Amino acid sequence: MLYATASQTVGPYLHIGLTGLNCADLTADAPDLAAQRIVIEGRVVDGRGEPVPDGMVEIWQANPAGRYRHPDDARELPLVPGFTGFGRVPTEADGSFRFTTVKPGAVPDGDGRPQAPHIMVSVFTRGLVKHVATRLYFPEDAAANGADAVLALVPADRRDTLIARADGQNRYRWDVVLQGPGETVFFDI
Amino acid sequence: MPHRSDRPAQYRRPYWDTQPEYRFDPYASTQLRSPAQPLIALPQSLSEVTGPTFGPEFVREGDNDLTIGNGGEPIGERMLVTGRVLDENGRPVPNALIEVWQANAAGRYTHKRDQHDAPLDPHFSGEGRTITDANGLYQFKTIKPGAYPWRNHHNAWRPQHIHFSLFGNAYATRLVTQMYFPGDPLLAYDPIFQCVPDEKARNRLIATFDWETTAPEYALGYRFDIVLRGRDATPME
Repeated sequence: MLYATASQTVGPYLHIGLTGLNCADLTADAPDLAAQRIVIEGRVVDGRGEPVPDGMVEIWQANPAGRYRHPDDARELPLVPGFTGFGRVPTEADGSFRFTTVKPGAVPDGDGRPQAPHIMVSVFTRGLVKHVATRLYFPEDAAANGADAVLALVPADRRDTLIARADGQNRYRWDVVLQGPGETVFFDI
Repeated sequence: MPHRSDRPAQYRRPYWDTQPEYRFDPYASTQLRSPAQPLIALPQSLSEVTGPTFGPEFVREGDNDLTIGNGGEPIGERMLVTGRVLDENGRPVPNALIEVWQANAAGRYTHKRDQHDAPLDPHFSGEGRTITDANGLYQFKTIKPGAYPWRNHHNAWRPQHIHFSLFGNAYATRLVTQMYFPGDPLLAYDPIFQCVPDEKARNRLIATFDWETTAPEYALGYRFDIVLRGRDATPME
C-alpha cells in the first residue's frame, strides 16, 4: 500500500499556476440556467479578522436537479448542458470572493436520505499547509437543514457558520473565518 | 432501515503523521490562518466522492513545456520532470489535471507581489499544465527553479521547489503540494518542508534524479511520483 503525498501550501504566488481554470460564473456556458442564477459573495478572513488577499476559493456542486456531473453519480437525473458544477476564484485585496451559480438540488447522504442543498467549498491560502474543506447551506431551507445528517454532526452553536445569509433577491453572503471568534466549521472529509 | 448500498466506497483517511497539522508555528503564516477548532469528520457522500473531472481537451499542445513561452528560451538548467499519479492502492490515476508553477532560475517569480531583488526572465512565465495519460503518467519540460529568500525568520530561504496542484477523481482527493530536489541543503531549515511530521512522508516530496528521463546532451531528468488518497472496496451488501 502507498501513502498519499503530503500536502503543502499554495504559497503567495498561487495565481501564476492556478488562474487558467478560474470560473466565477458557473452558468456562463449554461443558458438554460439563466433564470435561476444566484450570487454568492463573501470574504476570507484570518484569526484577527484581517482579509486574506492571497487565497483561492473553489466550489463544487450538483445542478438544480441534484445531479453531479461525475461518473460516480449514475442516478437517472438530468445533466444541464454547459454546467460542470466547478468554480474557482482568487480572493481580492479585501479578501472577497464572488460566484454566480445556481442553487443545487438535494443529493442523498450515505444512508440514502436527502441532504439539505449545499455547495462544497475548498479554501487555499499561503499559511494553510493543507486546504480547508467546508460546506455552504442556504438560509431558506430551515427544515431541510434541521434534518441534514452533516449539520447534525456540528455543534449547534457553530452551525450558523455554514449557513449563508440572504442578501436581497437571489443573493447570499457567506464569509469564511479561518480562525477565532465565529470560526467557520471545517470538515475532515 | 435505509439500504446500505447507497454509501459510496470511502476514501481512506491519511496515515498517522503523513500529512501536516494546520498549525506549525515555525511557519509563521500558519499562526493566524490555521483553524483552532477541531475538524468535524464526515462520512463521505456523493458530494465528497464526486468532483470536477477534466478530459484531454483541457490541455493544449505545449502546455506542459515551460521553456517555450514568449519567443525565446529561458535561462537555466533545462530539465524534464516526469512521474506517475497513483492512488494509495497503487492504481494509476488517468485524467488527473496537474497545474504547476515555479520561480525562474534566479529565484524570482513572475508575480507582482514578489519583490526579491533577482532578475525576471522575459522568456519564463513559470506556469504549466498537463493531464495524466491512461497509465497515470505525466511530464513537464522546464528549467530548475532557484532558491529565494522570504521573511518568515531571519535569513530564511526557500529550497528550490515546484508547486503542484492536482485534481484526481473526487473532491476528497484534491491535493496541492510541492516538489523538492535531492541534496538541497536548505531542506533541513525550511519550515514548509518540515511541517510534514513523518520523515519518510517528507522525503517523498523530494524528486529523484533519473538517468532514464535524462535526455542526452539536452536536459536532466527528475522523477516525482504523486499518490492521491485511495478508496476502500465497495461495502458488502
